[in-house]
Amino acid sequence: MTTGEKNSMEDKRPVTSMRVAELVMAGLFMIFGAIVMWDSRRLGSDWAEDGPQAGYFPFYISLLIVASSAAIIFRALNLGEKGRAAFVEWGQLRMILTVMIPTVIYVALIANPWFSLGIYVASAIFIAFFMWHLGKYAWARILPVCIGVMVFFFFLFEVWFKVPLPKGPLEAAFGFG
Amino acid sequence: MQEIQSLMGGFAVAMTWFNLALMFAGVTLGVLIGVLPGLGGANGVAILLPLTFSMSQQPGGTTSAIILLSCIYWGALFGGAITSILFNIPGEPWSVATTFDGYPLAQKGRAGAALTAAFTSSFVGALVAVILITFISPVIARFALKFGPPEFFSVYLLTFSAFVGMAKGTPFKTIVAMMTGFALAAVGIDTVTGQLRLTFEFTELLKGFDFLIAVIGLFGIGEILLTIEEGLEFKGAQAKLNMKVVLETWKELPRYWKTSIRSSAVGCLMGIVPGGATPASFMAYGLAKKMSKDGEHFGTGKVEGVVAPETAAHAAGTSALLPMLTLGVPGSPTAAVLLGGLLIWGLQPGPLLFVEKADFVWGLIASMYLGNIVGLIVVLTCVPLFASILRIPFAIIAPVILVICAIGAYTVHNSMFDVWLMVGFGILGYVFKKLDYPMAPLVLALVLGDRTEDSFRQAMLGSQGSLSAFFANPLVSTITGLALLLLFWPLISKLITLARGRNGA
Repeated sequence: MTTGEKNSMEDKRPVTSMRVAELVMAGLFMIFGAIVMWDSRRLGSDWAEDGPQAGYFPFYISLLIVASSAAIIFRALNLGEKGRAAFVEWGQLRMILTVMIPTVIYVALIANPWFSLGIYVASAIFIAFFMWHLGKYAWARILPVCIGVMVFFFFLFEVWFKVPLPKGPLEAAFGFG
Repeated sequence: MQEIQSLMGGFAVAMTWFNLALMFAGVTLGVLIGVLPGLGGANGVAILLPLTFSMSQQPGGTTSAIILLSCIYWGALFGGAITSILFNIPGEPWSVATTFDGYPLAQKGRAGAALTAAFTSSFVGALVAVILITFISPVIARFALKFGPPEFFSVYLLTFSAFVGMAKGTPFKTIVAMMTGFALAAVGIDTVTGQLRLTFEFTELLKGFDFLIAVIGLFGIGEILLTIEEGLEFKGAQAKLNMKVVLETWKELPRYWKTSIRSSAVGCLMGIVPGGATPASFMAYGLAKKMSKDGEHFGTGKVEGVVAPETAAHAAGTSALLPMLTLGVPGSPTAAVLLGGLLIWGLQPGPLLFVEKADFVWGLIASMYLGNIVGLIVVLTCVPLFASILRIPFAIIAPVILVICAIGAYTVHNSMFDVWLMVGFGILGYVFKKLDYPMAPLVLALVLGDRTEDSFRQAMLGSQGSLSAFFANPLVSTITGLALLLLFWPLISKLITLARGRNGA
């Protein structure tokens, strides 16, 4: 067996089943519903002298969330064959993480307490990384694309529509605070 | 014929060079949005909404702003057909039925005919719906002026019950999604008592959740994640659309007038009900298949099979604006975003809009006629251009769309917290799609949550806490009754099939 074949077999393995995913999601909803319910009770979910209290409406909302997620849990336990299907395969999860992890880093780079790059520079780096990592482009193709896109966005937002976006040291060097 | 007069006034408002230029820009942007993965009508309009802030502050600017945004919507509706026919990828859920016959036609080398048929019938469907809006909406608005809190709450109830009643999967997932929307809408300062709800001492949560962020995350990021999971490459048919093909197809189309009328009727009726566009397109396709002479050849590439769903989807997509304009109740996520726009520009959607801002309303209605004509011209002439955009490699287009989503989320309130929220909603959107939780009810509940609660509380105050307020007069009882019927429809239909099964056995 070559490594390629081995990899593709591993890629097809499910990370979790539909049933587990359904149960986890419904469980999370139930916790969410319980939190809403708890807060509504804290605020008062009854009828005061001057009308319904602040928690009156959310309380019934939370009741419906808890009841419906209980029904979804019950259904998930009786899913049968369908519940064994893959929710997500390892190969798919890897693809998703190759998008999600850079996205999280990108958002962190825009603005953070230590060293904020601003949205334009961070976006240019983000697009360049994607083209290099996923698209395997040469830098001679990458640089014009990502710089061109960001210069266009800069004029679109800052100059034409006058919508200020987060800026960093590079923009400051050009005199845009 | 006061409507005709008002409409003429509307045309005078809408027919300036500036507004016409906005229509072209809006439709072109809209088609682009409809064609690109991860950008659709709802989040496309949501992202561009902040750009209209400064525009709406000029005199007559709100009309220009709504024209721009609604034309993006028309463009996105048109754009969905392009990807369905050329690439077999439905850009929007209501274009799924268009792929059934559209893609086989393209494979046979008749992509031009399929596209022309789709665009023309979209135009026809939209036109019928706009005519309906022109004549029906003033009547409904006048009627709704008499509505009090119980009536409004029953209309909201009807809206949300329709989602439960028409849900494809289990109703419980629809309810959970919807109630989550309501709960998120409740976060922040309670407007009546001034108490803090569900904020848990986080200052970031004080202002609550903005549904625009939810729309951008759920529909934008979630969609990108789904696309990347499939490792998608676009392999499409070539698009050549010259005048000869267009004229030939136009000669063929009048043959299907019966299908057109039927599909328009289905579309208009279903569009007024929330979430109606997608079922309308399937229903119209099914009806056409059943009633057509060569129904058995449907699915192999019949022009009629493109005409039916496209007419219905556009009629539904357009008439979804009717309850938004007259009652302030949006029928689809995109209508909800447009409604959000009105609120941001300082307009109060609802029946009073027809009285207080007649210029704006009739300008918008007139722009619906013009915008769809502009749309037809743009899509018929620019198909090759739009199709070539889909050939831009995913490694370039995906990060650019993610950047656009991040910018869109930031500009809503100039807040980085919102960008993080958008990422969170994106992951939620991915899980929702995979587990078949519907997203539209969550978005609509988030938009209408506060107003639903207000009308509920006021109605309860009026009746001293008794639910009888919702059955106090024939009008409100009818609406409430309809809502309850829709709400329990999954249960009722199950009972009916059970009873039938027993009779049969």
